[in-house]
Amino acid sequence: MVESVKESNSSNISNKNIKPIVEYKKVHKSFGDVEVLKGLDLNIFPGEKVALIGPSGSGKTTIIRMLMTLEQPTSGEIIVDGKNLWHMEKNGKLVPASEKHLREVRGDIGMVFQHFNLFPHMTILQNCMTAPVQVQKEDKESAKKRSIEMLEKVGLGDKLDNYPNQLSGGQKQRVAMARALVMRPKIMLFDEVTSALDPELVGEVLEVIRDIAKEGEMAMVLVTHEMDFALEVADRVIFLDDGVIAEEGKPSEVLEESNNERLQQFLYRFRS
Amino acid sequence: MIIINAMIEVFPVLMKGINITITVFIFSSIFSYIFAFIAGLCRVSNNRLVRGGTSIYVEIFRGTSLIVQLFWLYYAIPMLFDVGIDNRLAAGVLAISLNYGAYMSEIVRGSILAVDKGQTEASIALNLSRSQRMRIVIFPQAFRMMLPEFGNYLIQILKATSLVSLIGMTDILYHGNILRSTNLSAAPTVYLLLLVFYFIMALPLIFLTRKGEQISKRGVAS
Repeated sequence: MVESVKESNSSNISNKNIKPIVEYKKVHKSFGDVEVLKGLDLNIFPGEKVALIGPSGSGKTTIIRMLMTLEQPTSGEIIVDGKNLWHMEKNGKLVPASEKHLREVRGDIGMVFQHFNLFPHMTILQNCMTAPVQVQKEDKESAKKRSIEMLEKVGLGDKLDNYPNQLSGGQKQRVAMARALVMRPKIMLFDEVTSALDPELVGEVLEVIRDIAKEGEMAMVLVTHEMDFALEVADRVIFLDDGVIAEEGKPSEVLEESNNERLQQFLYRFRS
Repeated sequence: MIIINAMIEVFPVLMKGINITITVFIFSSIFSYIFAFIAGLCRVSNNRLVRGGTSIYVEIFRGTSLIVQLFWLYYAIPMLFDVGIDNRLAAGVLAISLNYGAYMSEIVRGSILAVDKGQTEASIALNLSRSQRMRIVIFPQAFRMMLPEFGNYLIQILKATSLVSLIGMTDILYHGNILRSTNLSAAPTVYLLLLVFYFIMALPLIFLTRKGEQISKRGVAS
């Protein structure tokens, strides 16, 4: 597995000297007796688009939830931009991270959720501008201006004063993306963002992700069941199975040329 | 005719107590809410000591009789510790508020816990601090859920104010009882009018509760 990581790094990132923006080092995660991740080693590079695929329960969502500090790894380290996420140094010893430390390190990470998780008591505009004002201490006018621009970009410039329950699922998810993007993250996490949508609404959401991906500078990690989309947008596809990386590489290699039997089965179920 | 005459006689007597009843009600409501919010927020604290201490308060005041609590505050504690409340209003308000605050803290706690976990997760993803998460995202949503139950408890607090007559406060029940003891035949009229008094005072509260229900239904689901 270590070999395959090295291989994929060199195959995807032309300049080997680029430092990864996220490093998972021997990360284990258990929920009760169930071990979901069994020693994950994974590097993500600045600007890289990574698609995580795999059967349910394979740990793909857990990977990004740990990075967003929504789940704590059972063991192992996650390094974000050179800083240890879940541990901090105190008197020369590594101790569990405090809330303050977590906030410092996760500031460059944004996330979009399967169920949108918009704030129902705020308008669309308030949803977007609250965090820049409260967290980044941006002044209200400029946060408002940027939020409006972002909402226009995702095609919702005419819904600023609407509440989330007045929108369709696809619109809600686009607001959620605008809300995350206004924070200008270096890493964006997408947790099955189209799974809760009616089929006819999936397209509009994928289109926004496609646009974001084209801009390039942000690293993106997508947990997805949209194989064709992964093929199109991702620089690297990672197939997780039973808590380990079972296959990874360029999308075309993984999705079309791999001989991994489990992957074949998994893809077969999706394409049939 | 006799009844109407009796009412004309009873009505002004009861009116003498209305000030006290309303004063006790207003102060008790305010302090009940204050205790409820403080205790409710403590019950969802991360600190085990805070949580544990608060649940002892809640269980003691929920699990014992309000009348006995009132007597403790007004008669027993001053005798035992030589400090205490010789002010009837303060004792009455404190007893009612501590008791109803304990009940209502459970509504505060329950409502906060009932806010979808995804809301906390989204706030973490936006890097809001713990207190910002509570203040900006969780509490405003929880508050809407509290409103209908809060209205119900207001009505109960109003009715509980009648207990202060037992420590000698001259509320409407106190005046009614005095009148009945001097004129036994007036008992039915006195107690009928008392019911009417409480009911009329409860009407705006019932209306408020309805309003609360409407607000809480609106705009919570995402």
